[in-house]
Amino acid sequence: MVALGSSLLGLVSGLLGSFAFLRRQSLLGDAVSHAALPGIALAYLLTRDKSPLILLIGAAMAGWLASYLVTHIASHSRVKYDAALGLVLSVFFGIGLMVLSFLQKQPDSGQAGLDRFLFGQASAMSADDITTISIIGGLSVIALLLLWKEIKIFIFDEGFAGVIGYSANKIDKILTSLIVVAVVVGLQIAGVVLMSAMLVAPAAAARQWTNGLKPMVLLAGFLGMLSGLAGSTVSGLVPRLPTGPAIVICLSFAVAVSLLFAPGRGLVWNLFARWRNRQSLRRETILIDLLEMARGHDSIEHGHSLAVLKLMYPEIRGLRGLLADLEKEGYVVKKGSSEWALTPAGAEKAAAFAERIEAKQ
Amino acid sequence: MMHAQLEVILVAVATSIACAVAGVFLVLRRMALMSDAISHAILLGIVIGFLIGGDLSSPLLIIGAALIGVVTAGLTETIKRTGLVKEDAAIGLVFPLLFSIGVILISRLSGDVHLDTDSVLLGEIAFAPFRRLQIAGLDFGPKSLAVMIAILLMNAAFIITFFKELKLSTFDPSLAAALGFAPWLIQYLLMGIVSLTAVGAFDAVGSILVVALMIAPPAGAYLLTDRLSAMIWIAAAVGALSAIGGYWIADLLDVSIAGSMAAACGAIFLLIYLFAPQSGLFSARRRRTRQRLEYAVGMLLIHLRNHENQPEADYERSPAHLENHFRWEPVFARKVVKRAADLGLIEDQTEKLSLTPNGRHAAGELITR
Repeated sequence: MVALGSSLLGLVSGLLGSFAFLRRQSLLGDAVSHAALPGIALAYLLTRDKSPLILLIGAAMAGWLASYLVTHIASHSRVKYDAALGLVLSVFFGIGLMVLSFLQKQPDSGQAGLDRFLFGQASAMSADDITTISIIGGLSVIALLLLWKEIKIFIFDEGFAGVIGYSANKIDKILTSLIVVAVVVGLQIAGVVLMSAMLVAPAAAARQWTNGLKPMVLLAGFLGMLSGLAGSTVSGLVPRLPTGPAIVICLSFAVAVSLLFAPGRGLVWNLFARWRNRQSLRRETILIDLLEMARGHDSIEHGHSLAVLKLMYPEIRGLRGLLADLEKEGYVVKKGSSEWALTPAGAEKAAAFAERIEAKQ
Repeated sequence: MMHAQLEVILVAVATSIACAVAGVFLVLRRMALMSDAISHAILLGIVIGFLIGGDLSSPLLIIGAALIGVVTAGLTETIKRTGLVKEDAAIGLVFPLLFSIGVILISRLSGDVHLDTDSVLLGEIAFAPFRRLQIAGLDFGPKSLAVMIAILLMNAAFIITFFKELKLSTFDPSLAAALGFAPWLIQYLLMGIVSLTAVGAFDAVGSILVVALMIAPPAGAYLLTDRLSAMIWIAAAVGALSAIGGYWIADLLDVSIAGSMAAACGAIFLLIYLFAPQSGLFSARRRRTRQRLEYAVGMLLIHLRNHENQPEADYERSPAHLENHFRWEPVFARKVVKRAADLGLIEDQTEKLSLTPNGRHAAGELITR
């Protein structure tokens, strides 16, 4: 049950978080999740009803108001987006605490369980919760599919979207609403802090593997789902390991692997690519130099001692290995105990390299 | 009881001033959300400090928390530097991880430790007077008051000592680097200060409200002044005001003090946002209206001058014609005429507008400008 719910939540938040990530609003989820608290508390205060639907509506309204305020402050004053976000987030949360502590002092003390929305309680997930997530997730996916083209243009070129007649304002509101809804649903399972990770991390990981929007969104959803599944499974097996944090650890692991090893962008991948470049450059240099030196002698296959080569390239460590590789490929040959010379094939190759360099100059 | 209340207010004021002055630089450096990240991540530092020190009042807790704060800043910076994700995402990746590790450690330990997530996130300032600082049998007031005053003094000393460096590296990091000021060193010192302040404050108000105290007063002050030193003073004043106002509201409604302090911060910011003399929402709107009117008066003067002593002058200078000519709403046209007449630039002689000498001069200046 918990595993099913967590993976569904991971899927939905991965899909929707991608858009926040690409719009550089990764922390919007953080703001919305904190801001939902006064909505939940006020909804209960006004209705005295603890049914999830009413609380969710309250949370969504507060979250929506918060994201509207953030945008308004950032665009109408010199206060920047980050400060506006932090301000709205913490002030809303403070108001939420006020209402919550007010409720606590009421004689009927029926607020019990409201703080579940604050810290999340994956282990208390019920079939109803899963139904809610599925319905909301399904609706968001349908909305994404219907507005795919508009959203895509809006994200990558807001100005252009406006020019060709899409209402940027409307798409912005729809995207924000989708994120608000996802956060609000996830809040009671993942808790405030972990919900922001659920939005950011899958997208950040998926971004490293692809440049396309569709593959990225799908991959983010998949990674979110996988982490949700893995995290909840591990926390089920190990005693006293809370589910939410376990999911975050899995997500962070996915991010770390992606940042390090993703082809094309990952750090290790880049290091390897740089090393390979340098090696091929060195091979070219050695072949060309051997050719140049041999031209001063009787034969193009005149040998030169390793000691000389070592003196020529003091920065190359593993010169012998490089030469051995070249020998294996048939470009150089070892003469005597420590002399190296070009083969005819090597001379041809070196001439070709030299020609290419001259052509470039 | 009166005494205890006063002590709570003093703790609240010291906390909010300490947070506000540190927050000024976060807001100006666009690092406001680092306060959010650090205030969450220090949970891990506190847990680690507790594991080593084995005691909730051990100074190791503060050291651990401050170190984790700096680590948070460093990790965020490192991830951002790779260029693989943007800064906002880097923050969003780092602090949930550190926080989660903290939560897991706590729940592994729970049972034999009284340290739970709620108290870290929420804090309870009302208990401040019960923990006393006693040295050699003498009572020196609440412990958290002493801690917060020490942190406040530390922040003040930091800002005074490094004011020039902070100012330069905040407003022109490249120049600071070129002059050899080591902006990264200032950066990490600042992060250390923010962490220490957050640790001290979390005890009183909880980690999320630290964010309110660090961001809202400086953001409000930012709307009121262009000078760094003035901004620091205003932020401190706004912080103190929020603390007192928040305590007063909490006392009146019998609700969480920390929560109402944050709400008071928000309320004061809202007032500034709406009514600030220069950049407030209303004064900006008023300024736009006034500029529009003044521009229209200028147009009117030039129009009258162009047609002065021309055959069509009588037609062109009737107020009714202006509505057609400039496509002004009748109400607006009347306002423009009235404004120009009030300024002594035109005379309204029953349906015929004519320039006064002053008005002619002003029109000439507008044309040649």
